Amino acid sequence: MNRNVLEFERPIMELEQKIEEMRKYADSLDISNEINKLEKKVNELRSSVYKNLTRWQIVQIARHPERPYSLDYIYLMTNNFIEMHGDRNFKDDKAVVGGFAYLDEKPVMIIGQQKGRDTKSNIYRNFGMMNPDGYRKALRLMKLAEKFNRPVITLIDTPGANPGIDAEERGQAEAIARNIQEMTRLKVPIIVCIIGEGASGGAFGIGVGDKVLMLEYCWYSVISPESCSSILFRSWEYKEQAAEALKLTAPDLIEHKIIDRIIEEPEGGAHRNHKEAAASLKQAILEELKSLEKIDPDKFLDLRIKKYGSMGYWEG
Amino acid sequence: MAWFKRTKENITTDSQDKKDIGEGMWIKCPNCGEMMHKTQWENNLFVCIKCDHHFRIGSKEYFDIVFDKGTFKEFDKKVTSVDVLEFADTKKYSDRIVETTKKTGLYDCIRNGTGKIFEIPAVVSCMDFTFIGGSMGAVLGEKIARAVNKAVKTKSPYIIISKSGGARMQEAAIALMQLAKTSAMLAKLAEYKLPYISVITDPTTGGSSASFSMLGDVNIAEPEALIGFAGPRVIKQATGKDLPPGFQRSDFVLEHGFLDLVVHRKDLKEKLFYLIKFMKD
Ligand SMILES: [Zn+2]
Repeated sequence: MNRNVLEFERPIMELEQKIEEMRKYADSLDISNEINKLEKKVNELRSSVYKNLTRWQIVQIARHPERPYSLDYIYLMTNNFIEMHGDRNFKDDKAVVGGFAYLDEKPVMIIGQQKGRDTKSNIYRNFGMMNPDGYRKALRLMKLAEKFNRPVITLIDTPGANPGIDAEERGQAEAIARNIQEMTRLKVPIIVCIIGEGASGGAFGIGVGDKVLMLEYCWYSVISPESCSSILFRSWEYKEQAAEALKLTAPDLIEHKIIDRIIEEPEGGAHRNHKEAAASLKQAILEELKSLEKIDPDKFLDLRIKKYGSMGYWEG
Repeated sequence: MAWFKRTKENITTDSQDKKDIGEGMWIKCPNCGEMMHKTQWENNLFVCIKCDHHFRIGSKEYFDIVFDKGTFKEFDKKVTSVDVLEFADTKKYSDRIVETTKKTGLYDCIRNGTGKIFEIPAVVSCMDFTFIGGSMGAVLGEKIARAVNKAVKTKSPYIIISKSGGARMQEAAIALMQLAKTSAMLAKLAEYKLPYISVITDPTTGGSSASFSMLGDVNIAEPEALIGFAGPRVIKQATGKDLPPGFQRSDFVLEHGFLDLVVHRKDLKEKLFYLIKFMKD
């Protein structure tokens, strides 16, 4: 039995296991009809569950411990990846990875927030929570890409910037601010991909780009539903309501032009099929790169700034 | 140093006009417990006469402090939020805005003004913590954008006086995007070689500190201001550690290299003047 089954996945999983069991006897008994029936049933169940996910359920999928993480995508999408390390100032932040890679024939700088799979690797990766050194490492790599005229791809998957004493001492706020400002004027195309959790300034510190892509079952907002619940609803109990209020899913965000494109995930979520998820993301990135290359290099910076300048609503 | 002397007199005269001992309002310093008469306190620019504790004040007071008397002109005053997300927590966001405006007389947490600082024209944006905790949403982004445009158009230096709890949760991801909008506008200002001075006051955390507040050509803070990305309560909860004394306060941030100066409120205007004069005159 898989430990990492979400509550709403359970009835689907149970049916799938039943089919699996029956298949063992399919050679000796003629039960193919029943198997077919059950398969139809599980498909219907799966699509009805996934069509009607609440925003909180999507948050749970985005955090699924078997979801592909940045390095999974990097190895599945690119070749000849050479990982680079360090901010040339203080240290190498393991919560963010990055380096040279090729998407098919296309050289890119790819940078992503990296979570761990188990306790040990999560401690090593600090749960994907970057320190100032991580933002400065990412900026160093982006500047390197700019120097050699390579597009930048960033992968976002973080529960937030590291809330630590040392992080504050080394200027977490300044590091994020600097990255955001530099990314608004970096002279190469930037494609941002939200692949899991996109929490607040910690995510946005590598999140400014010409095109923002988001996988289907991710969340992206100014705060996590839990923290929002504790602050605005004055209790940790209202995370479901907070998730609804924050409108933090891909369809919500595309409506307000905060993201540009939704990438469909394999049936049941990216964690069910890493390869397929990576292939869809890769194809989308390549398409976006192609269309960005058509824009006059002097123009896309203006377009990027205009895009962020028009985000939001006001009167007067 | 004629410019300086003249306005110093201005400040004194202005304060003495207000003197009215019979008014009978007393203010207690939350830091040292000193009792001050309200007029005495106002004349001291809302700073404790005994321990120098800087009380939190609003945009009206800061505009009075930094601009020459009679030169302040507000612009783009009535830019207001539109609640497209139809956000509701314990209260509807749209109601919260209307109520806060009614209570404070403010339209959002930031006001834009032009005026003169010892006769040098400047554009100043100043935040109000009393408006939903000085939280940054689309109105703040738009008002900073317009203030930068005004500074570019009039070739003026630009100053933001920050006082903010962070991004406005009720505007969710839209609020987050304002970090890019404000930072991009400040980059535009820099292209015109116009000075940007960030004045950070108590408290400035979250989205504001992770964008415009930390991006000054010069970063200034008032004494003892809380300045950081994550709030101290969050850090304590996350790390389970006791926070070192003075953690995230102005001197701490100065010591770690993220501020140029910590300036007493009574010296703020003079310091701004000298900084602008060096960078632009
Ligand atoms: Zn005192």
